[in-house]
Amino acid sequence: MNNITEEIKKTISENKIVLYMKGTPESPQCGFSAKVVQILNDIGTIFISYDVLADPELRSGIKEFSNWPTIPQLYVNGEFVGGCDICIELYEKGELANILDN
Amino acid sequence: MYVMNEEYIKDKIEKGINCTSVNVTGDGTHFEAIIISSEFDGKNTLERHKMVYSVLQEEMKEAIHALSMKTLTIEESKN
Repeated sequence: MNNITEEIKKTISENKIVLYMKGTPESPQCGFSAKVVQILNDIGTIFISYDVLADPELRSGIKEFSNWPTIPQLYVNGEFVGGCDICIELYEKGELANILDN
Repeated sequence: MYVMNEEYIKDKIEKGINCTSVNVTGDGTHFEAIIISSEFDGKNTLERHKMVYSVLQEEMKEAIHALSMKTLTIEESKN
């Protein structure tokens, strides 16, 4: 098990909500990442984020970890929730708020 | 590197998943696919999307930057 996987496991177990994205919440570098940040802010979620553009090893490691080929990736309570599409779908169905709350 | 196109993606999805219909649109790097398949029955959206991504695993590494999807069962496609 290489250390990037260990690092990811540690991060998502120690932090309730983690968003792996391109750029930062203040200056997202891709529309899909920006959309998830906006949704989380709309709900008033406290979350930590990681900029995969600043860490190429993380950028590939996170895709391998979740077996999901794109960024952004949202994790809640250590579980992979989804990318932009799924976050939008959950948000529109009103399900995202209670996933984030429990 | 060749430019990715809709027909290629549609063909790969149809070969990898037993679908009743696949519709793909896109601009060469960002694509949208609407897929109706009975293989989605009983699966949540994440599992459905993972099925499609596994069929396009190589292409998702470089050629396809984004693939947004609507993955519907036959029942869901009726409403």
